[in-house]
Amino acid sequence: MRVGTPISTETSALASNGGAEPLVRVDRISKQFPANRGTRVHAVVEASLDVHAGETVAVVGESGCGKSTLANLIIRLHEADSGRVLLRGTDITHLNPKAMREHRQTMQIIFQDPFASLDPRVRVGKAVAEPLSVHRICSAEEAQERVGRLFELVGLQRIMMKNYPHQFSGGQRQRVCIARALTLNPELVIADEAVSALDVSVQAQVMNLMLELQQELGLSYLFISHDLAVVERIAHRVAVMYMGQVVELGLREQVFRDPRHSYTKRLLSAVPIADPRQRTQRALLTGEIPSPVWPAGEGPEVVTHVEVEPGHFVAQE
Amino acid sequence: MTETGVAPEAVEASGRGGWAMFLRNKAAVVGLIVFTGIVLMNLFGPTLYGVDSDAMVARPFSGPGEGTAPLLGTDYLGRDVLAGVLGGGRTTLVVGAVAAAMSISIGLVIGSLAGFYGRWVDSMFMRLTELFQTLPTLLFAMVLLTLMGPSSRTVALSIGLVSWPAAARLTRAEFLKIRELEYVKASRAIGAGDLRIMLRTILPNAMPPLIVATALTVGLAILFEAGISFLGLGDNRVVSWGSMIGKNQGFILEAWWTVTFPGIAIFLTVLSISMMGDGIQDAFNPKLRGR
Repeated sequence: MRVGTPISTETSALASNGGAEPLVRVDRISKQFPANRGTRVHAVVEASLDVHAGETVAVVGESGCGKSTLANLIIRLHEADSGRVLLRGTDITHLNPKAMREHRQTMQIIFQDPFASLDPRVRVGKAVAEPLSVHRICSAEEAQERVGRLFELVGLQRIMMKNYPHQFSGGQRQRVCIARALTLNPELVIADEAVSALDVSVQAQVMNLMLELQQELGLSYLFISHDLAVVERIAHRVAVMYMGQVVELGLREQVFRDPRHSYTKRLLSAVPIADPRQRTQRALLTGEIPSPVWPAGEGPEVVTHVEVEPGHFVAQE
Repeated sequence: MTETGVAPEAVEASGRGGWAMFLRNKAAVVGLIVFTGIVLMNLFGPTLYGVDSDAMVARPFSGPGEGTAPLLGTDYLGRDVLAGVLGGGRTTLVVGAVAAAMSISIGLVIGSLAGFYGRWVDSMFMRLTELFQTLPTLLFAMVLLTLMGPSSRTVALSIGLVSWPAAARLTRAEFLKIRELEYVKASRAIGAGDLRIMLRTILPNAMPPLIVATALTVGLAILFEAGISFLGLGDNRVVSWGSMIGKNQGFILEAWWTVTFPGIAIFLTVLSISMMGDGIQDAFNPKLRGR
């Protein structure tokens, strides 16, 4: 099955996987940034994927492969050059700020750096309550109560609402960020390297929290990470990104047990194995990383995908 | 599921306000005391002393302590220097404060719009800022004063109009830096509008350098007012520290006291305001609280 046809009325087959309407459908979205001397960085190239309700889709790939740009495109922190994002069937790609505000309640984002993503001058209780006042959802007293419950939900004490961000540890701050993301009862939470900056024990605690919250609240996650161990634990489906393109997409077992794309194979073989006897010949990543920078008017070749088994798509090489 | 990291004491101490932080900065406290003293002196000094600063009370150029001369001597018309020093700050302080407020307000609006929106908004406002920066400020203020006629109001207005570029550039730089930070992106992601992000998120974080700049601007505006009065372009109907120095400048070698005491008054005022600026900056920093 060939996909990625350039006909704009037809959705990419990567996105049209599954019968039910997805919560979020990313349809051949692209983003370029201007670089030196008229060249352009092709950060995301016709990337497509779906996130269904209650599901965790992980986006993996090396630094600079466009994972975070993809997250920013979905939540409209960047404007897409082409392609679209459908949120429950509504095209949100070109909504004006006012119309977009409503949809922002459906999806929220948690950033990588828990130290940079909280305003140092705002007490954390107020930071978590901010979405309520932005959207004028409830009175200040009611907001207090809701924030208190959120704090308990993410494993913090109510008394900590009065503290400033610098008084928290990294893991606690990330809990605050999770609480803030949950304030508006979103359906999708985009976790942009949300546990990457935490040390391993805290990472496990925050991941457990995220899994519990998913069970309790029926959340969907778009989980962006370069850490394959984390992804293997948390994801239902995995999208592998390379040079701004989705090169492989499938169920976790399909991608981890039976990687088909050469980049996925190399990525998986780069994971360190603790037991020396288990170590086999690695297909290491060698040579220079190809550059995503192209002169004006030129660009990378857009890959086409093949469905190698149900739900498992691989870019043709 | 729990992590250690926040001691219970820290939770309690976070309630301490900015006032306590201000008081911990010794220079700021000294500045506050001196400045309060100067303000009180100007408010009540002339009434308590009871001498009209415009009245001729003794022979011109009587030195301090010479016979029947007043405590700080008399100027070239025989007016009491002490009376002038006590009340001469009224105009200076009010004009300085109004001019600085104007300068900071214009600078904040232009700098924040330029820094936040970037692109053509930035280019437009920055070219305007550069235009004002390259104008010789004193000359420009003099032209404005000549056109509008000298009064305390026009002096404040012209100082405000020529001194905003520094504040605008500083504000722009802070906005450029802060708008890229993740907590600003987080605000945007929760649906906050531009105005809210500018006023609630970026501005409070841009405040520390702006507070120091404000203190310096007040000081500069006071010096500017003194300079304008010195040149005789101020309101001639009122005695101010600057006009006292200006009118007595020709006699500085024969009668040092006529310019020295108003000079000291200006110096102490500007110094005390700068010292307070540092303390106010501390008071706004949540990281210093509870230490």
